Amino acid sequence: MKYIDEYRDEIAAQRYVEAIRQTVTRPWTLMEICGGQTHTILKFGLDRMLPREVTLVHGPGCPVCVTPMELLDKAIAIASRPGVIFCSFGDMLRVPGSHQDLLMVKAEGGDVRMVYSPLDALKLAQQNPDQEVVFFAVGFETTAPANAMAVWQAQQMGLRNFSILSAHVLVPPAIEAILNAPGNEVQGFLAPGHVCTVMGYWEYEPIAERYQVPIVVTGFEPLDILQGLFMTLKALEEGRREVENQYARSVRREGNVQAQRLIQQVFEVTDRAWRGIGVIPRSGLRLREEYAEFDAERRFDVAEMAVEESPECIAGLILQGRKKPPECLAFGTRCTPEHPLGAPMVSSEGACSAYYRYTREA
Amino acid sequence: MTEGPNHFTLSCPIPIQEYPAVLLAHGGGGRLTQMLIERMFLPTFHNPALETLHDGVVLEVGGARLAFTTDSFVISPIFFPGGDIGELAVNGTVNDLAMCGARPLYLSLALILEEGFPMEDLWQVVRSVQEAAQKAEVEVVTGDTKVVDRGKGDGIFINTSGVGVIPEGVEIAPQRVCPGDVVLISGAIAVHGIAILSVREGLEFETTLESDTAPLSELVGTLLRATGPQVHMLRDPTRGGVASALNEIAASASVGIVLEEAHIPIGDEVKGACEILGLDPLYVANEGKCLAIVAKEVAETALEALRSHPLGREAAIVGRVVEEHPGTVILRSRVGGKRIVDMLSGEQLPRIC
Repeated sequence: MKYIDEYRDEIAAQRYVEAIRQTVTRPWTLMEICGGQTHTILKFGLDRMLPREVTLVHGPGCPVCVTPMELLDKAIAIASRPGVIFCSFGDMLRVPGSHQDLLMVKAEGGDVRMVYSPLDALKLAQQNPDQEVVFFAVGFETTAPANAMAVWQAQQMGLRNFSILSAHVLVPPAIEAILNAPGNEVQGFLAPGHVCTVMGYWEYEPIAERYQVPIVVTGFEPLDILQGLFMTLKALEEGRREVENQYARSVRREGNVQAQRLIQQVFEVTDRAWRGIGVIPRSGLRLREEYAEFDAERRFDVAEMAVEESPECIAGLILQGRKKPPECLAFGTRCTPEHPLGAPMVSSEGACSAYYRYTREA
Repeated sequence: MTEGPNHFTLSCPIPIQEYPAVLLAHGGGGRLTQMLIERMFLPTFHNPALETLHDGVVLEVGGARLAFTTDSFVISPIFFPGGDIGELAVNGTVNDLAMCGARPLYLSLALILEEGFPMEDLWQVVRSVQEAAQKAEVEVVTGDTKVVDRGKGDGIFINTSGVGVIPEGVEIAPQRVCPGDVVLISGAIAVHGIAILSVREGLEFETTLESDTAPLSELVGTLLRATGPQVHMLRDPTRGGVASALNEIAASASVGIVLEEAHIPIGDEVKGACEILGLDPLYVANEGKCLAIVAKEVAETALEALRSHPLGREAAIVGRVVEEHPGTVILRSRVGGKRIVDMLSGEQLPRIC
């Protein structure tokens, strides 16, 4: 198939693996930021094709996983109310809150719907003027423009029954948090290609400079990842610490300026709690005051909740690349996709889910 | 008193703390469905026939071997590109019988209708049932009709049961699968599931894809005539797709299965839709495809036989049975890496970005 098969070619893949083998002279630890990249690595078995010197650790780029439990409990509380149509992307539905997940709310009679776009939720709000339609706005910079667009359009249309529960997070502050953490072992990063399609990669240049790490903007197909790894390793071996762009077919340095303008118009940067990691300063997006009426947290006045995290779940360490899923004592036993203790086991971008699906017993 | 799996108990065997209510995934054909079967149904009804856990059951009656099966159809929308619920209800049960190696003979047809369901639609469905039955050479010989209050159903639900006879010399069972066997698929995968998704509300995308729903009894007959007893196992990978079907076979036969990703036939449109939606085609439903596991010596003959039939033109050899990693399906990826192909847990949920 055009534009897919080319990036999954076995001979080309072998060539990159060989090039990596010839480049590497000592051990290196690299982190791929995005959970989509983690899944490609495990789904195609790329980690097992690499020379022993290369250690891959998996980053925090799973929006579902880092959405704080408190916000999820709020989502569940809102979704349980009569008169509410609660809309969410598919992978958020099975993430465990303190007591329930959204699919259980649905089974108990809540009107929970899976949508593919915030604009679908907007359409539902138009079609159901007597009901409150709430969209769970989860995601990194990738999904922010569409969510901003939905809010902007709702305002233009004067919709009174539409709101979003914003859980938006930003990648660069997370990279800095990982680099600042004591005992950090990550020496180079694969930056997330789709986030950079929106935001460009100029934001990453000061980070590469300040922390002296190479950062390579990388795509999501097997050959993208192998090439991104090769570029990062080559930079490390040659002593270069800069930002490079592997995903040039999609990413420009300045990014999608129009999309950025829309994000800035609707959202503002705020401190944000990351599930399992804690509060990272200036790492999230919230609605600006001018759009406050579309903020579900204000509209529904959900009380602050005491959350109950599973004491066994080490999602925080997984999301920072400090531990790998099989190192968790509950992995595959007390924590499975049917009975998850933490979000990385159920999200389609979660590292635990990738290990569970693709590597057990193999 | 000891609590064995066969011990009759009044407490619910499904952990209430985890699942106080039935979830959609309990009917999804994946792990939760399996849990219901293993913990609730098998211990309650236990008998050797049920425990074969095949698509249908084989019963010896007066010297003849009969295959018997039942299936319910709740698909939405009821009219979809390439078919409708009536045609599906016939083909689904016919195919379950065919997967036992049987020649399907008779069907029952039970309708659960919602008050207010358009008579015109009902007529169209009934006509489809008739046409599909004729095509599959089976007769609808008994039936039932119930109507529920408006709002208590989803227009129409159908249940069909079917019986067929198994010719002498044919023995299809997971226990016959052994290392060295070869895995074939009769055509391109994941067509039905994607065709249905393409017309689901909120997800409409333009495609010329049509459901692959078809009766497989003739195709299976062709295969069995060419290779006879060397066909060890047949399975139509419906709900849960090829991955779930092969996992179940690997588990019941205690063998490993190795798939070659590059050899699995899949159409460009299906592939594209799966990429966009973030779905793995190995888990997407088929309604007119058959997995066959045959002895190595007859692999090429089986392939030729399948390809000689219009429904099997795109048939391919996609994998082999091995002694290693019993119960596990391994896929050799396009780029040469390896990974396991697990049983689906819950429904496949489309991703965020």
